[in-house]
Amino acid sequence: MEYKISDLVSEINKISEGLPQINIMEVCGTHTMAIGKNSLRQILPASINLISGPGCPVCVTPASDIDNIIELSEDHKNYIFSFGDMLKVPGSKNSLYEKRSEGANIKICYSPTDALEFAANNPQINVIFIAIGFETTAPLTAVLVKRAFQNNNRNFFIYNTHKLVPPAIEFLLDSESENNIHAFLCPGHVCAVIGSKPFDLIAENYQKPCVISGFSPENILESILMILKQIEGKKALAQIQYSWVVKQDGNQNALKYIYEVFEACSSSWRGIGLINGSGLVLKNEFKDFDAKKWFAIKDRNVPEPKLCSCGDILQGKKKPFDCVLFGKKCTPDKPVGPCMVSSEGTCAAYFRYEIHKTNKL
Amino acid sequence: MKINNISIKPGVDKILLSHGDGGIKTSELINNLILKYFNNNILSRLEDSAVISGVNNTRIAYTTDSFVVKPIFFPGGDIGKLCICGTINDLAASGAVPAVLSMGLIIEEGFEINLLEKILESANKVLAESNTSIVTGDTKVVERNSADKIFINTSGIGFIKHDLNISPAEIKPGDKILINGSIAEHGLAVLSSRPEFSFKTNIVSDCAPLNSLVEDILKISDKVHALRDATRGGIATVLIEMSQKSQTLFDIFENKIPVKREALSLCEFLGLDPLYIANEGKMIVFVDSSDADKVLEVMKKNKYGKDSRIIGEVTKKMESGAVSYNTKIGTARFLDRFYSEQLPRIC
Repeated sequence: MEYKISDLVSEINKISEGLPQINIMEVCGTHTMAIGKNSLRQILPASINLISGPGCPVCVTPASDIDNIIELSEDHKNYIFSFGDMLKVPGSKNSLYEKRSEGANIKICYSPTDALEFAANNPQINVIFIAIGFETTAPLTAVLVKRAFQNNNRNFFIYNTHKLVPPAIEFLLDSESENNIHAFLCPGHVCAVIGSKPFDLIAENYQKPCVISGFSPENILESILMILKQIEGKKALAQIQYSWVVKQDGNQNALKYIYEVFEACSSSWRGIGLINGSGLVLKNEFKDFDAKKWFAIKDRNVPEPKLCSCGDILQGKKKPFDCVLFGKKCTPDKPVGPCMVSSEGTCAAYFRYEIHKTNKL
Repeated sequence: MKINNISIKPGVDKILLSHGDGGIKTSELINNLILKYFNNNILSRLEDSAVISGVNNTRIAYTTDSFVVKPIFFPGGDIGKLCICGTINDLAASGAVPAVLSMGLIIEEGFEINLLEKILESANKVLAESNTSIVTGDTKVVERNSADKIFINTSGIGFIKHDLNISPAEIKPGDKILINGSIAEHGLAVLSSRPEFSFKTNIVSDCAPLNSLVEDILKISDKVHALRDATRGGIATVLIEMSQKSQTLFDIFENKIPVKREALSLCEFLGLDPLYIANEGKMIVFVDSSDADKVLEVMKKNKYGKDSRIIGEVTKKMESGAVSYNTKIGTARFLDRFYSEQLPRIC
């Protein structure tokens, strides 16, 4: 059903009058950006508090991974292929962007198949693809690894940082000391792969309304309205607003690929910590494509930068304005933490879209 | 202008790609380093062309631009077409009639001569269309791998044949803001033709010489206050710069900005913002509201202005300058300059 913005806003306002403050976590970084770009907070009632979540894959990749990749790039036999977003994320000393300007072989790719093609055409070079993202991009990586296995491309590797969203949501809810998050605006593209069933369980087990949302302002407002109607009716379900893309069972083909090549494991989320079952690791038969194993990369402990609030922001405990570094020592040009530099980062969204409105700087 | 005052750390600070993308880093480099050595009241205006006085108080516009686009052939044009259009448009944006150009070629050893000929042929077509000529030039060849195929610099001289001051300083509250057509096509066309980009698209560059469009506008109205061609950094960057230089607030309307559907879809898919993507055939016009409709009409009659629109207006004086972007859904936010190149080597 198509709604007009004015009708949606009117209904949201009407229902909100009878409800207390509602904190809705919008998990996905693309939603964070869409909300900012369309200035949706301007037309929502003050009682609706949208808080960002950990749905920014670049933001939750530990600094140690950045440092490891930088170290790999220092060998000129290694070519690093990455999505553009990763380049400016700060490690403990510098970023891939700075290494590239110093001559390291770091290439931006739009499609991961470019990395495999390059590897096939250049057998003398080690090609390392930074496999980052949630369930949305994991199937692509899985296809690539399978292809590399079938074609015996022994010079192709993935530096795997894939993570899974539902375990992270459960972790946040388990570790909440107070009832901070009342509902979830769920990631549309992740759910296109995993379906709505994982959020059925979250809604039921934690009694939190979950609505899987599309990305236009109309989609997001409709999803918020669906959440409010659930709260008003004292319900807690997973609903699909993004129904033309998301099915309850998700994309079974994509899931088949993922779990043919990967299995779930514990994974470290930057600023949050270790979350059980929240990562993907290559199965044994594909381990020769695992850059961390092949290049014998050791775990390293990289402390977060002093005063950086990315961890709290990713868990919805703080907003960017609550961080002392935001907009002063930490800007998109000189980011301290990853949330300021990623195209899905909360701080980047606030810096770009929310700053002038509030005149906080 | 809101530019950070930075001190250069010798041996540490290096030139990054973002220093050349037309965004904040470019401004920092120009303001903190280049103007430190070449500061005068003409250059410091940082306008598209320098306007200087000639004999008998004639006004001459003088400009230069360098072209490093990659790839050198792209849908809708090539570096030859681009290097002439770019300089002609900078002259036109000062209200000048382009007269003569120079061309400097830096060619990589091994570059195919037939490709060079194609580039010169393209350049020549635009020269003929715009009634200008290359009157001086230079050619250098560098060893293989010392340049990427070919780089071109052009400079141009034009004559200002009217009494108007076309400058951001002339922008006034009440002025309407117009554009001659849809945005973001050049940047997307160049991106789509890069080898690492495997998507197929029908988008072609809007690369075009706009001197005839500007001549038509200036014939019909003597109330044009400013012009600017929106190249790298997109219309957002140009609007922000113009608002800051004129110390006024602009109100721009999302639903008035023409963007082709395919361009919008590709931007959404890639996470790019069309407002910040390069154009090479778009002129932003600031004109008194009393003449806005007739200027719009004459723009629509020009071959490069069929999709012209009024996209906003100058609202009031504001010391810091700002661009208020009114979204389709009725909300508003201020536009800011971007910090990192969305697409390097786009022009």
